[in-house]
Amino acid sequence: MSAMTQIRETFRRDQVWSFLQPAQASVDVSKDILLYVEDLNVSFDGFKAINNLNLYINDGELRCLIGANGAGKTTLMDIITGKTEPDSGSVWFGQTHNLLEQDEAAIAHLGIGRKFQKPTVFEEHTVFTNLELSLKTNKAVLPTLFARLSTQQKARIQEVLDTIGLSEQQDQMAGSLSHGQKQWLEIGMLLASDSRLLLVDEPVAGMTAEETERTAELLTSLAGKHTVVVVEHDMAFVRSIARTVTVLHQGSVLAEGTMDEIQANPDVIEVYLGEDPEGEAA
Amino acid sequence: MRLSPSSWFKRSGEPGAVVAPFVGLLLLVTLFASVGNLLFTEGSVFHVSTYTITLLGKYLCYAMLALAVDVVWGYCGILSLGHAAFFALGGYGMGMYLMRQIGDRGVYGNPILPDFMVFLNWEQLPWYWFGFDHFGFALLMALLVPGLLAFVFGWLAFRSRVTGVYLSIMTQALTYALMLAFFRNEMGFGGNNGLTDFKDILGFDLQSDTTRVALFAITAFCLSLTLLASHAIMTSRFGKVIIALRDTESRSRFLGYRTERYKVWLFVYSAVVAALAGALYVPQIGIINPGEFAPLNSIEVVIWVAIGGRGTLVGAVLGALLVNYAKTRLTAIFPDAWLFALGALFVLVTLFLPKGLIGMAGQWRARRQSGQHQNQSVEGQS
Ligand SMILES: Nc1ncnc2c1ncn2[C@@H]1O[C@H](COP(=O)(O)OP(=O)(O)O)[C@@H](O)[C@H]1O
Ligand SMILES: [Mg+2]
Repeated sequence: MSAMTQIRETFRRDQVWSFLQPAQASVDVSKDILLYVEDLNVSFDGFKAINNLNLYINDGELRCLIGANGAGKTTLMDIITGKTEPDSGSVWFGQTHNLLEQDEAAIAHLGIGRKFQKPTVFEEHTVFTNLELSLKTNKAVLPTLFARLSTQQKARIQEVLDTIGLSEQQDQMAGSLSHGQKQWLEIGMLLASDSRLLLVDEPVAGMTAEETERTAELLTSLAGKHTVVVVEHDMAFVRSIARTVTVLHQGSVLAEGTMDEIQANPDVIEVYLGEDPEGEAA
Repeated sequence: MRLSPSSWFKRSGEPGAVVAPFVGLLLLVTLFASVGNLLFTEGSVFHVSTYTITLLGKYLCYAMLALAVDVVWGYCGILSLGHAAFFALGGYGMGMYLMRQIGDRGVYGNPILPDFMVFLNWEQLPWYWFGFDHFGFALLMALLVPGLLAFVFGWLAFRSRVTGVYLSIMTQALTYALMLAFFRNEMGFGGNNGLTDFKDILGFDLQSDTTRVALFAITAFCLSLTLLASHAIMTSRFGKVIIALRDTESRSRFLGYRTERYKVWLFVYSAVVAALAGALYVPQIGIINPGEFAPLNSIEVVIWVAIGGRGTLVGAVLGALLVNYAKTRLTAIFPDAWLFALGALFVLVTLFLPKGLIGMAGQWRARRQSGQHQNQSVEGQS
């Protein structure tokens, strides 16, 4: 009986076998949802870092993830980008791409870009080369060996350099940039990669107030064309950019809604013992 | 490539800036040495002895091996302590050809079987010796087999994401295992005597001056070619990815680069360069035996590269040439002191010249330039 249903499932006429689908298949967002995270569980040595987590990210939205240190925000990004394998659950990109079956490189090709919590750029390369390596190109070995920058690609790099305000530093080694500039460069690398979904882990850590403001502007301007998920501790920053906020607590979603709804949510208030969520609770 | 005009010219401190001049110099020296040997008789100031020619040829082979190690270690952070294995396999490939060329001129006069097989009472040639009487096939195998070994080894190691010390230990184990295997008589590679008593190559007498000069010149030419090729590879976008993944591999993966494939192919390239060096080494030295697989040999190569300056290509070549020259001189005076001297040199360089001799030259130039700037600004003020 179950074998029969399995065969039926395998030969469903409305589906294409996964191995017949083109590698760069477009992302199916007909339900308006770009990222599905369902019943996700991960534990490290018995400690449940992610606990039955469910999360849906709409196509084109800008979502903020907040939660105390250790709530599992970075771990969630690790799972989405293929770095960490979950114990159970599913992660789908659109309706056709099961991210848990793919490695980091394949996930990047699908259009998921990531900024690390600790700024991670290629320190021994110039700012320009950092962006060149991030461009959306064929990243197989042979094409890369013979790759030449086209005029459009150069123009694109200049455009990104202008956006992140590092035009003057383009020939400087990335390792010699300030902390804030490295953060910007990494955001620039996301822009150059032209990813559909941007996962941005703590982008304004170590930035001055002015830099923070410019980052907020940049991220808001990206929403719509890209889908952006931002993890941040700085509540003023979250308030300035977010339309929807998801609160993570001990590896699962505690609350979801607008900033005002979140701050009025009794669960959130209880978890933080009545502390003002604008304080350390973030 | 870059939009700003400053980058059209190489900064003089940049390692790549010296590859072309270095190759020019190398070919010039080769020309003078060759002419000095063939055209000037003994007694002339321009005469270069055949002994010197062979010695230079040997140094150049070592330089090519150092270049191979630098490509993986300096640019990709893969500290291979087993590159002598690829060198030796390349050497054995060439040695098998040279062995077959002896024909019936061996001690036992067997037209097919090399002496050591007759000695072992073997009736016929093992299957893996077939075809090695053809130079083209032998050379192809000398490069292909080490390349294939590097591919399989790299594929297994890099896919399982083995890095750092563990990888280095695995490369040592590889060369050690091969050494033990080649020591065995039943392997069919001459056991601990290896392959020797070669007579000629492509019909040219290996003892004649002309052949020796030709082999030396070919080695210089191959070294130049591999230097230029390596430089082109390391400055291509592929090379930039290699440097990028050396520093932050996970970043490169999240950008969509399959870093393990990049590492495998770089490793294969490096192994083939090492094998070519080995194949050029054997006809000049006249012997290949399992001692070439010795783990210590691979470690020595790493020291040459560290002394010359890792990640600079030319530095690796210079390091190999200088250290080996020093070795020749020193072992002639104090045969037992060499390993201590090498160890001391390595420690000194690691402590005081982290970028090797090439790095020191760059620092020195930078200091002189900044000194000039200061002088100018002082003059401007007065
Ligand atoms: N690779 C790992 N091994 C063991 N524990 C880990 C690992 N990664 C994360 N953790 C633990 O999981 C919890 C969640 O971490 P993380 O996702 O980094 O939190 P956040 O980013 O929300 O501050 C923390 O308690 C952390 O110590
Ligand atoms: Mg975190």
